[in-house]
Amino acid sequence: MTATVTRDPAAPPATPRRRVVVSGPARAAIGFASGALLLFALAPSALSDFRLSLLAKYLCLAMVAVGIGLAWGRGGLLTLGQGVFFGLGGYAMAMHMKLADAGPGELPDFMALYGQLDALPWWWRPFASPWFALPATVLLPMLVAFLLGSLVFRRRVRGAYFAILSQALAAALVIFLIGQQGTTGGTNGLTDFQGFFGYDLDDPVNQRMVYFIVAGGLLLLLALARQLMHSRYGELLVAVRDGEERVRFLGHNPATVKLVAYVVAAGMAGLAGALFVPAVGIINPALIGVVPSIEFVVGVAVGGRAVLLGPVLGAVAVAWARTSLSEEFPAAWTYLQGLLFVLVVAFLPGGLASLPALARRLRRTPRQEVGT
Amino acid sequence: MTVLVGQLFTGVSIGAVLLLIALGLSLTFGQMGVINMAHGEFIMAGAYTVYVLQGAISSAGISLFVALPVAFLVAGALGALLEYLLIRRLYARPLDTLLVTWGVSLILQQLARDIFGAPNVQTRAPDWLTGNVPLFGDLTLSTNRLFILALAILAVVGLTLVLRLTPLGRRIRAVVQNRDLAAVSGIPTGRVDRLTFFIGSGLAGVAGVALTLLGPIGPTMGTNLIIDAFLVVVVGGIGTLKGGVIVAFVLGTLQSLVEYTTTLSVAKVVVFVAIVGFLQWRPQGLFTLRTRSLA
Repeated sequence: MTATVTRDPAAPPATPRRRVVVSGPARAAIGFASGALLLFALAPSALSDFRLSLLAKYLCLAMVAVGIGLAWGRGGLLTLGQGVFFGLGGYAMAMHMKLADAGPGELPDFMALYGQLDALPWWWRPFASPWFALPATVLLPMLVAFLLGSLVFRRRVRGAYFAILSQALAAALVIFLIGQQGTTGGTNGLTDFQGFFGYDLDDPVNQRMVYFIVAGGLLLLLALARQLMHSRYGELLVAVRDGEERVRFLGHNPATVKLVAYVVAAGMAGLAGALFVPAVGIINPALIGVVPSIEFVVGVAVGGRAVLLGPVLGAVAVAWARTSLSEEFPAAWTYLQGLLFVLVVAFLPGGLASLPALARRLRRTPRQEVGT
Repeated sequence: MTVLVGQLFTGVSIGAVLLLIALGLSLTFGQMGVINMAHGEFIMAGAYTVYVLQGAISSAGISLFVALPVAFLVAGALGALLEYLLIRRLYARPLDTLLVTWGVSLILQQLARDIFGAPNVQTRAPDWLTGNVPLFGDLTLSTNRLFILALAILAVVGLTLVLRLTPLGRRIRAVVQNRDLAAVSGIPTGRVDRLTFFIGSGLAGVAGVALTLLGPIGPTMGTNLIIDAFLVVVVGGIGTLKGGVIVAFVLGTLQSLVEYTTTLSVAKVVVFVAIVGFLQWRPQGLFTLRTRSLA
């Protein structure tokens, strides 16, 4: 972190007061350790089993948010279709768990229920093997993102056009899943899982284990995103966001830069979807369509799109507020959600993460700006 | 043969609905490069206008014709208000506008749910719009779909005339083509923006009236339609009506034909793949305004 980039958010601004100077990587390590302490020690001991499984669900959504923070916050790619990748990861995992529940050579229960099939469809078969299904939860979304992204970015489709296309992909996938009820479970999706790699999911101990896997996954993704953001690539990504033509004139290919961010974000959403299935016990079209895809973005916008932790905190906060408010006051929650979104995006584009900096700026005379 | 013509007609009428929705959208999108996610809720507002008017006017025919201008005004006023309160503050951030208007659409949907109830409601169609017109053989065309087609054509012609012939239309075109140059030429771009939004949103209201003829209406009716309309605008190109018109009918026909040979779910996927493929060939859409801007 000795690069002389002026906008490096990790480098503390030179302050006249005497202060312990902590370098960027050290700060990141401290933050990482305290995050791990919070997720692995504090939360499991303070929360009941029920609350902990809710937290596992929120953390899955937060994993999607990390990817969106990278692609949208840093890269300016407003992807309104992360639900697609979340869904691909989730369905890949759910298909494997369904097949594992059914046992070798047997049809999953819902297929037997709808009763039109006497053999497993060919594209279900590979998911019986965990060696295929587990990598597929991440690689399949990345492959789809790669195909769409390389076609779209190469032809310089961007801005709102890209947002609309990514949204249309989510709409198309949902209609497709609902239409193929016999093999995808249709509107009901895939649910009623008994086991997760041989462990009984009804057992609270195993639910805790799933929580720990989710928490570990989130920390892993955060570390990955942090390293990406602070690499040369991360600088280039921000440069593409702020001045794509200039980057092109400097000899880089913005299409490749964007493609990497999009594919990484898709992989993160895929992992999130894969862990969501054992943590929550269901995946269905209503969880991955147009509206949930935008709701992923809402959390990121509220938290603060361009900083590392903003998307995570925003996603958890919005999901928590939804659970606690929407059951008692569904109407009020919808108004609040809409209003929150309008106000934050319109008047506080940095999200809640920019509040401390804003307060500092209001309190003191303007001095050196800390860019985020 | 009969089946083919029947499917073609279905495709054209899907296209007509798409066109009515996309017309207003392409106007507002072309104007400020902003995709208005609340456009679908303006459609809903137009549809509920019919519902409210039918409570006051017993004749379904009269209420339909009263509803057309009233829905235009209601939806248009909503659009102008939205532009005044939010969109004009977000000039430099088009993507953020997309998100803000989505928040607005959430609020409008909930508003509709609180006022009219969450379940869908049915409006009455006039008697002369419920029958079929025999064409040849055993092929018939339903009158309500013919009416919507006529309405779409009327809207296109009307909008074209306004844009081509009136001073307002000239100003709108000038702002779309080059906002800064229009501003220094003395055109009040802020007022033109608001009027454009008024007209574009008003057209969504008219589309809403047309949709009451096709089925029940509900708070979320807009969301289901709007994505296809976005695609029409994206593929058609910004700033021209021509592109939108052609693409709406082509997409409608494509979807109808694929749906006939396979299923709806496959048709949606095929249409999406076709669009991505098309954008490989023409990334800026079918017709584009030639500008020198780098963006």
